[in-house]
Amino acid sequence: MPSTLLNPILERHRRDGTRLMQILRETQETLGWLPPEVITAIAAAVGWPRARVQATAEFYSFFHTRPMGRYRILWSDNITDRMLGSTELMQSMCRKLWLEPGRVSEDGLVSVDTTSCTGMGDQGPALLVNYRAVTRMTPQRVDEIVELVRAGTPVLGWPEEYFQVEDNIRRSDVLLGHGLTPGAALAAALERGAPAMLDEVKAAGLRGRGGAGFPTGQKWAACRGAEADVRYVVCNADEGEPGTFKDRVLLTSHADLVFEGMTIAGLAVGASLGLLYLRGEYRHLLEPLETVLARRRAQKLLGAGILGRDFAFDIEIHLGAGAYICGEESALIESLEGKPGRPRIRPPFPVTHGYLGRPTTVNNVETLAAACLVAKHGGAWYAALGTRKSAGTKLLSVSGDCTRPGIYEYPFGVTVAQVLADCGAHEPLAVQVSGPSGVCLADHEFGRRIAFEDVPSAGAFMVFDHSRDLFETARNFAHFFAHESCGFCTPCRVGTALVARLMDKVAAGHGSPYDLEELFKLHRLMQGTSHCGLGNTACNPVFDTLEKFRPAYERRIKSLAFEPAFDLDAALSQARQMTGRDDAAAHLSNVA
Amino acid sequence: MSETQTFSLDGEDVPFAPGQTVMQAAQAAGRWIPHLCWHPDFEAHGSCKLCTVRANGRLVAACTVAAQPGMAVENRTPDLDGRRQTLLQMLFVEGNHFCPSCEKSGNCLLQATAYEMGMMTPHFDMFYPDRPVDASHPETLLDFNRCILCALCVRASRDADGKNVFALSGRGIRSHLIVNHESGRLADTDFAATDRAANICPVGVILPKRRGFAVPIGRRKYDPAPASVVDVVPVKHEEEAR
Repeated sequence: MPSTLLNPILERHRRDGTRLMQILRETQETLGWLPPEVITAIAAAVGWPRARVQATAEFYSFFHTRPMGRYRILWSDNITDRMLGSTELMQSMCRKLWLEPGRVSEDGLVSVDTTSCTGMGDQGPALLVNYRAVTRMTPQRVDEIVELVRAGTPVLGWPEEYFQVEDNIRRSDVLLGHGLTPGAALAAALERGAPAMLDEVKAAGLRGRGGAGFPTGQKWAACRGAEADVRYVVCNADEGEPGTFKDRVLLTSHADLVFEGMTIAGLAVGASLGLLYLRGEYRHLLEPLETVLARRRAQKLLGAGILGRDFAFDIEIHLGAGAYICGEESALIESLEGKPGRPRIRPPFPVTHGYLGRPTTVNNVETLAAACLVAKHGGAWYAALGTRKSAGTKLLSVSGDCTRPGIYEYPFGVTVAQVLADCGAHEPLAVQVSGPSGVCLADHEFGRRIAFEDVPSAGAFMVFDHSRDLFETARNFAHFFAHESCGFCTPCRVGTALVARLMDKVAAGHGSPYDLEELFKLHRLMQGTSHCGLGNTACNPVFDTLEKFRPAYERRIKSLAFEPAFDLDAALSQARQMTGRDDAAAHLSNVA
Repeated sequence: MSETQTFSLDGEDVPFAPGQTVMQAAQAAGRWIPHLCWHPDFEAHGSCKLCTVRANGRLVAACTVAAQPGMAVENRTPDLDGRRQTLLQMLFVEGNHFCPSCEKSGNCLLQATAYEMGMMTPHFDMFYPDRPVDASHPETLLDFNRCILCALCVRASRDADGKNVFALSGRGIRSHLIVNHESGRLADTDFAATDRAANICPVGVILPKRRGFAVPIGRRKYDPAPASVVDVVPVKHEEEAR
């Protein structure tokens, strides 16, 4: 690659290794992939060992160290996409392009593969083409895209409606109906002053919306109280939990509220820089968000002397590159520093040793948006919403078998049954709340409430009706975790792979009660010995469905005794291919 | 007069200095907690999870958890050793480990720990990954088939040799060891057989060339006594093994 192409990118990022993710992404957007000599050049420019740059390039799904074609098409592979027919559509696309999934075409034109949920559950089947989100795929759209690819039409010239992403807001409450003009909440926070703002957040009982529910006021106070010269605010917009898309909607239509929440957090903890970590699947939001940031700077809502006060704060956007694990706050910080997203050893926690070793508060998009309501209306007002232990409202991303998928905002404490009724779910069999790492609820549990004290949720709400097979749901989730395990610790790296293999074995009809026991055994091991939440929760969907929907497993089990996964006849398939034989004598029977 | 602080390890008191991890204190007291990625000379990595203990009821990695006064730590219980056995089986099936043909046999911490944990079979189906060896370097062979991703060579090269010859790359089950050169060949890096990193591998990945069976099977490091005996004194075991 000529240095004329690379140098402007390196200069824009000050040859700073902590900007490596952005350097790699922009380079790849220019070249289509990251050739070995380019990785060498980037390493030399940022002054890092080459192996470290390569390690980052090879960690993230969206970086390629070999050519992947001029068109890289990735089908969102969440169970909700599959329920909308994504598997068949992808197969038909591959057939029409004479392609095998995952392989680049001989002429280097195109590759088609799957990727983890792209956050379009309410408007699937979805895909990414050169990392731009495409929604509502149909057989007709598959044909059109095949033609556009064959004709070599640049993605920028594709019909605009392909890239149309809808908000689908179905129910609003105080957050989506905030009615705040840009700067109103920030002015109120500045009026209160940092210590009082912190007190209001504590009084509000605001808890983290990313799933764990840690008290926001406590997190901010710990960050503010940590000894340091510099502190950081990080907004976690790595919305990777399959079935979740509420942060996408907040960042699309309420970006001011999110940026303002970050600024208020900066005031409260004593930070002057905020970093928004945006998942790579939301690449389409980068330019619109940069536009909002520029406007806020012009409006004196960011930069030096905010609203005429002695308070300076600015925000940078970092784009991720396809790694669910970066939703874990310490992995996210590693990624912000240009490294593979492997969770750190904790303690120390980010509030004392975070980004660049400095105190850092990492908050979810929705949490920061809600902080604006607290700033404007006060803690007592906010605490009166929801339940006693779960103050405020919660955004739910509803998808699956219902007539009105989309975003629903409810005060905490809403029953699962209420949500099901509102979204038009007919005879629901089960609901997966909070994504694969959450919980699968059966109909006798629909009276339970969305709240930290009952069913906590990061926002996903996937509905399954009676036509669905929950074994296949669990198998899809098992493969998701195997794909997204960072590989750092033994139990998660190998355990998620073993679980996926066992689920495939059962799916292929080779399962026995022994294999179900094995799944339980792996669940018990991974829960407790894994390094972070991913490994600890990776078996939840299997465990839940085995407990609540055991017949879905048992009807696949033909043998009461052990059956080997090894298939003698399948092992001969290569030999058959090489000899061109497929007669009866070229087959072995496994049946005694 | 300050009293020595202690925690209990399987019911016996272990003294510790403030700032020490459970692993460090146990090692100093001559007590063995099974481990693979931990080494007294380098900062803890915490990835193999073999040293998982139950401290005050919670499962934690002994190499990263700070010792606390009065902490009750369970180590060699049937439950914990059972988990360790499964973790070892996982490591055996994800790589290609054929002890009888491995030069490291008898000096291998993975093998010794597996014996000690009573591992009789790999239990799970083997993954048989395709991991070509790197024989480019004149003095040292890299056999990635046996890599357990402990990152000891990464740390030794970075922290002791100041070189950064090694790094862990990839993700999930495709995680793998790489060397610091565009060619991917060890010979093209600044690696030297005298590096600390050349003599730190607990398994048989980084091996000296042209030296086979210099010490016969039966007289190797873990042959006379198990790891729990050989490794309790904080010695630099990789140097003894040479």
